Amino acid sequence: MDTLIIGLLLGATYCLMALGLTLQYGVARIMNLAAGEWIVVGGFAAFWSFTVQGVSPIWGFVFAVPFAFVVNWLIYQFLLTPLIRRAKSRGALEVDSILATFGMSFIAIGLMRTAFGGEFFNYSFLSEPVLIFGSAFGLNRIAAAGVAVLFCVVLYFWLLRSRTGMAMRALALSPASAKLVAIDVQKLSLIAFSTGGAIAAAGGVVLSTFLTLDASVGVVFTMKALIIVIMGGVGNLRGAIVAALLLGLAESAIATWVDPGLTLAAAYLLFVLVLLVKPEGLFGTKK
Amino acid sequence: MQRRNLLSLASLILAGMIPAGAAVAAEKPIKIGAVAPKTGPLAGGAAVTQWPTIKLWVSDVNGRGGLKMKDGTRRTIELVEYDDRTNPGETIKAVERLATVDKADFIIAPYGTGLNLASAPVFAKYGYPQIAVSAITDKTGELAKRYPGIFFTLGNTTAFAQSVADILSQMVKEGKIGKRVAMVNVADAFGIELAEAARPIFKKAGLEIVYDKSYPLGAQDLASVVKGAKAATPDAFVAWSYPPDTFGLTELAKIEGLNVKAFYTAVATCFPAYAGKFQASAENVLGAGGINVDAAELAGYFDRHQKVTGVGADYWAGPVTYASLQVLEQSIEAVGTDRAAVTNHIKSGSFKTVLGDWKFNNQVIDQFWTVGQWQGGKFVGVASTGKTGAKSVQVKTGW
Repeated sequence: MDTLIIGLLLGATYCLMALGLTLQYGVARIMNLAAGEWIVVGGFAAFWSFTVQGVSPIWGFVFAVPFAFVVNWLIYQFLLTPLIRRAKSRGALEVDSILATFGMSFIAIGLMRTAFGGEFFNYSFLSEPVLIFGSAFGLNRIAAAGVAVLFCVVLYFWLLRSRTGMAMRALALSPASAKLVAIDVQKLSLIAFSTGGAIAAAGGVVLSTFLTLDASVGVVFTMKALIIVIMGGVGNLRGAIVAALLLGLAESAIATWVDPGLTLAAAYLLFVLVLLVKPEGLFGTKK
Repeated sequence: MQRRNLLSLASLILAGMIPAGAAVAAEKPIKIGAVAPKTGPLAGGAAVTQWPTIKLWVSDVNGRGGLKMKDGTRRTIELVEYDDRTNPGETIKAVERLATVDKADFIIAPYGTGLNLASAPVFAKYGYPQIAVSAITDKTGELAKRYPGIFFTLGNTTAFAQSVADILSQMVKEGKIGKRVAMVNVADAFGIELAEAARPIFKKAGLEIVYDKSYPLGAQDLASVVKGAKAATPDAFVAWSYPPDTFGLTELAKIEGLNVKAFYTAVATCFPAYAGKFQASAENVLGAGGINVDAAELAGYFDRHQKVTGVGADYWAGPVTYASLQVLEQSIEAVGTDRAAVTNHIKSGSFKTVLGDWKFNNQVIDQFWTVGQWQGGKFVGVASTGKTGAKSVQVKTGW
């Protein structure tokens, strides 16, 4: 039972890391290697609210989310749009966007270092035990899982029910045909990319309540998000959620029954297995 | 009107330049290179231990008017910094660059065991002394033979494991705790080497290891580890851990109610951020390092550190780094900037440092702090190899 709960909590944590990238890669077709940096930005906003301003870290949302949205909007508009214009195929755009965002991640790390130094930052918030079936779990982790569920549900219904959401799904499925049904691909991609960045920052706010972060830790989150997004099937929200949970459960099972030292190996093994059996990802569509 | 302004401005600039130029000609600054992580996995630790200490040292020396050379002149320090991105390849490149392009007079040893060992051949190639601080290994003797310019100051693996075993077995003897120990380690060179050294030492000390697991570097959830350790009902918990997991393990131990009477986490326990995060819960947590906070040599160090660098000093490798820079400083003052002469002086001289008198024994400092404990908001040394001023170990009574 403990293993299951730890796995689910960890899966929810991974979900928070990957949701933003799902939108950015799945819909806007930008393989954003600077995604993890936005998680750190969110985390820092929460840390700053808590320690400097002396208010609840939840205020981090207020600072980080609009900031991330606007900056990602600008990044897409001014830095990525030229790449998209000149890209001849999707493959070319992917290569270009990987290189461009890889560079951006370095710039982001440099800026964050200048802005708030290279030290570790962390704080204690909701760091209290909650008993579930007689076993203690951190309240901050449970809260994070709650937020993850909330994000997933809101995002899911937004994509499923709203007009923009439907257009986004169409875009994720087939960018070429989306144009035929009068979907403004450029504008929609812009919205998806900015929203993705904002979600990553929001995830960072939550994650910072129990993770120790520093300016250059973002790449760790980018890697996890990448695995989850590819495993779940590109642009498929449901796939990403399932992949995140699977990863969490697998890691916790291995840690409890085999050896905690093998969790990383288990995660990559699972990733390879999924890709071998279903190269397009768990919920991906065959091309 | 305008022209006059311009003229006066120009003359002002010229006037300002002349004495400055003259000063530079008289005493050329000594160029000191520094390479350590500013980004990458070890950046967080370097930002506490390495960079602020270097900054403080340069500020202290230049504040005094520079190094007092043998011939009576004063030479200030010019610092050249490089980020190695926690990548050994980059460390090597940066040391090469400092030696050949920047033509640094001296280079401060890098941060981290791996990065120090990786760059040791380059230091040796160009004949730079390398006073390593943040490098803990049992191979110090062998390495000192291979590289005549390398020095070790922070201690060795066996001593760290031995001190922990001594503390625990003493507590067992005094009837304060039972002998069941849960031990975990980060699956990285540092953690693996310490865990391997600790197993036989703990056994010999009459301790029983009831849980012994490793976890990967950068693991995001250590709940299974702490739950597993708790299920083994230990009397003491020992983690050979790195900064992010030191924080993670402590938080989870608190949440899970892992109420052992001796709780030890390794690196970063001595960071001010540790007490900052855990506040009163940090009280009586044991960790790697420690220092005699009441030592006369150390007076004012922590206040000055806070004032100059804007961050608090750690209670272990930071002051040792400062002491290593004092060794360099006093050697240059004694024999000048000839690198071979400085290396020889470091080998044979004795030095007055913030950690007391230092003398290298076969390129190694033998007396160092091994275990510290948070007591009354300070991380005080409770075990060492021959240092004075150790406090007695307190039993941890819950979180």
